[in-house]
Amino acid sequence: MAEAVWHRAVLAMQLLAIDPALGGVSVRARSGPVRDRLVSLLTWLPEPHHRIHPAISDEALFGGLDLSATLATGHFVQEQGLLSRSGTVILTMAERAATQLAARLAVVLDAGATHRLIALDEGAEPDEALNPKLAERLAFAVDLSGVSVTEAALPDSVDLAAAITHLRQVAVPDDICEQLTRIAAQFGIDSLRAPLFALRAAKAHAALCGKMTVDADDVEIACVLTLAHRATQMPSSDEEEQDAPEPDQTDSDDQDQTDTLDLPDELLLEAIKALLPDNLLDRIAAQKARQGKGSGSGAARKGNRRGRPMPPRPGRLGDGARLDIVATLRAAAPWQTIRKQATGRDGLQVRSDDIRVKRFEEKSDRLLVFTVDASGSSALSRLAEAKGAIELLLAQAYARRDHVALVSFRGTEAEVLLPPTRSLVQTKRRLAALPGGGGTPLAAGIVAALEQAVTATRKGLTPTIVILTDGRANVALDGAGNRVQAAADAQRMAQVVRAQRIDALVIDTGNRPEPALSALAQTLGAIYLPLPRADAARLSASVATALGD
Amino acid sequence: MKHPFPFSAIVGQDEMKQAMILTAIDPSIGGVLVFGDRGTGKSTAVRALAALLPPIMAVDGCPVNSAKAADVPDWAMLETKKLVEMPTPVIDLPLGATEDRVTGALDIEKALTKGEKAFQPGLLARANRGYLYIDEVNLLEDHIVDLLLDVAQSGENVVEREGLSIRHAARFVLVGSGNPEEGELRPQLLDRFGLSVEVTSPKDIATRVEVIKRRDAFENDNTAFMLRWQAEDAAIRDGILTARKALAQLKTPEKTLHDVAELCLALGSDGLRGELTLLKAARAYAAWRNDTALTRGHVKDMAPMALRHRLRRDPLDEAGSGTRVARIVEETLG
Repeated sequence: MAEAVWHRAVLAMQLLAIDPALGGVSVRARSGPVRDRLVSLLTWLPEPHHRIHPAISDEALFGGLDLSATLATGHFVQEQGLLSRSGTVILTMAERAATQLAARLAVVLDAGATHRLIALDEGAEPDEALNPKLAERLAFAVDLSGVSVTEAALPDSVDLAAAITHLRQVAVPDDICEQLTRIAAQFGIDSLRAPLFALRAAKAHAALCGKMTVDADDVEIACVLTLAHRATQMPSSDEEEQDAPEPDQTDSDDQDQTDTLDLPDELLLEAIKALLPDNLLDRIAAQKARQGKGSGSGAARKGNRRGRPMPPRPGRLGDGARLDIVATLRAAAPWQTIRKQATGRDGLQVRSDDIRVKRFEEKSDRLLVFTVDASGSSALSRLAEAKGAIELLLAQAYARRDHVALVSFRGTEAEVLLPPTRSLVQTKRRLAALPGGGGTPLAAGIVAALEQAVTATRKGLTPTIVILTDGRANVALDGAGNRVQAAADAQRMAQVVRAQRIDALVIDTGNRPEPALSALAQTLGAIYLPLPRADAARLSASVATALGD
Repeated sequence: MKHPFPFSAIVGQDEMKQAMILTAIDPSIGGVLVFGDRGTGKSTAVRALAALLPPIMAVDGCPVNSAKAADVPDWAMLETKKLVEMPTPVIDLPLGATEDRVTGALDIEKALTKGEKAFQPGLLARANRGYLYIDEVNLLEDHIVDLLLDVAQSGENVVEREGLSIRHAARFVLVGSGNPEEGELRPQLLDRFGLSVEVTSPKDIATRVEVIKRRDAFENDNTAFMLRWQAEDAAIRDGILTARKALAQLKTPEKTLHDVAELCLALGSDGLRGELTLLKAARAYAAWRNDTALTRGHVKDMAPMALRHRLRRDPLDEAGSGTRVARIVEETLG
């Protein structure tokens, strides 16, 4: 099994070496001997090899001012960027590449078969993955996490040069095109890049084997290499699969009934789930998570995500100030002639009062983590109102360009329905589809919300947790139905939230204010809003006020 | 450089192709926004458009592609003012572009070597009288968006920095493409685009197969493929030129104006830009189809494209705005 994976990885490298139009390979593996061995195969790919990291600046990529040469000569010397010549780009820590970098690399890959990209993805969690924009443009994806060193044998050398020259002569029978397109469609792959890659991979494989026409073997290998990791559904039992990703969509049409008709819905959902193979569902879930991560151009840059570079201003170096080289040179430039005459020296003359430092305006985005109690008690009374209120809040969040995440808890556990995103249509859809019923695992809900909030903080967002519940926690963290333990767990988790200095808001949706919730809010250091019988509009108005808008 | 994929060889995506042709016929329509999934040929179409556009006459070496010698800005310091034919500029605005590069800034080389304060024009200057293309427009940095909004509105780029005070014409057609999953666009920027189209990957196998085959042929034998589609591309180019001439003679009946106004009122689109764009688009469409007068049919066909992105936005509306427009068109114009 693992040997087959390794074999496929090696094959992907060979095919990539033969045809640059394949874009590249995404290699998911932790740093280690197996990955090193695969990286050593990069010698097959044409020079120059550039290793880049996700935080690389545009100047390094596309070129910019060459400071030392400019200063030495007194002429403006443009430095060549790493991407200005064709070659092989190795992106390390690829899972950390922000959408902005991915977009730039994507443009380069789109521009023509000049660059090959090897994305070394070290993601440990399923939602840490290569940006979909880049993944889309790389023909191959290999996952080496299950391969051990002994299984990763170095391959025999093959005559790649011969294969490259042979590639142009490989003929493709007409029906192969159709077959590949059909297969891709059956796997639910929308993008047309996938069958194109499959076709090119099949040709490259035929060239590698010295064949004149593409045959069934090539097609099979090409499909395994290029299509398998893109699949979003299993072929041949179309109906269920198409319903599967959004099983509860019918809910959104009849809002009023959501709180009474949930159980049959849930049964239906389970029934559909049972029909699906496990790994496919996992994969779809992982893809959803990835999409969520990429949306709103969120992710990566710390603090000054929306930070507008302010005009540089005169200043001193030191204290962590960053020199704005271009601005400094600009400031010095008009004086050069005079200074030359005054000092009689040649070359660039920069004085301390020419120094300009960079400034950024920092403004971090807000993230609202809605933590919704979907338990039986809530569902019966207030879930519809809570949903309505969240929708109104979402509309406000939209106006303020806030990010939103959605966590629900019921039964024995909490579930992240939507990772931080700005796509409110998605949020609404998930919310409408939220079924009710089961116990109230309040502590689990807080834990899930906290995870979202902490991750968001690392990305430079300012999270606020909004908990909507009727407060009778009755399921403990370990899933046991123990009222006392459940309340204690909730309190404990609230302390953790407070220790992390994350803002929170507790909305009591019960019919009568619940003292336990008031206590919880106190532990959280949060505002407590008991809103018995409040309708959606009043609920959202109170929340908006509490949030200080 | 490799030729871009020929425009006429793009399979399907008729709405997108139509919208691009219309902006070529009447640039004052104001650009196209193409939103769609990955791998649907958005970028391909825009790059193909560049090769399709008829050439323009401009002053030789003018940094803002002026049409007349009188329009050449002083700071360009041109010696000759000879008119030459040049391809319509299609300028790429890369995501990473700095403010300097977009608006232009002090020419460092001249400043360093000659001690002169000279202006180095940016992308906006080069895009004058042509197209400005922004791939992944929804990922553009906010401060660049602000800058573009102002220039796209006024048609003039004003640079006030480093002791420079310069203004120059910057009238261009904005073409943007993006994937809505990765972030939404500010309504102000949306409004600056004349037409908006949504593309999806073709659903039937035959079309998909055709796409794959053509792309493969294009990559295998570039020259032969370009030759194969040359005539079709030329036919579209001629059509654009004919339509431009016909546009002046096109009659606009009072009744159709009424239709346009009624439609926009029913849709509740903000401002009058919707009406104007719809009218212009419908006129260009009529000219393209060699019709002599504007009819209700033209308006109906163009309404989704021209109005879909101008509706008062309800962020939580799940039905696509295209469907909403179609429904109201059906209700008002029958």
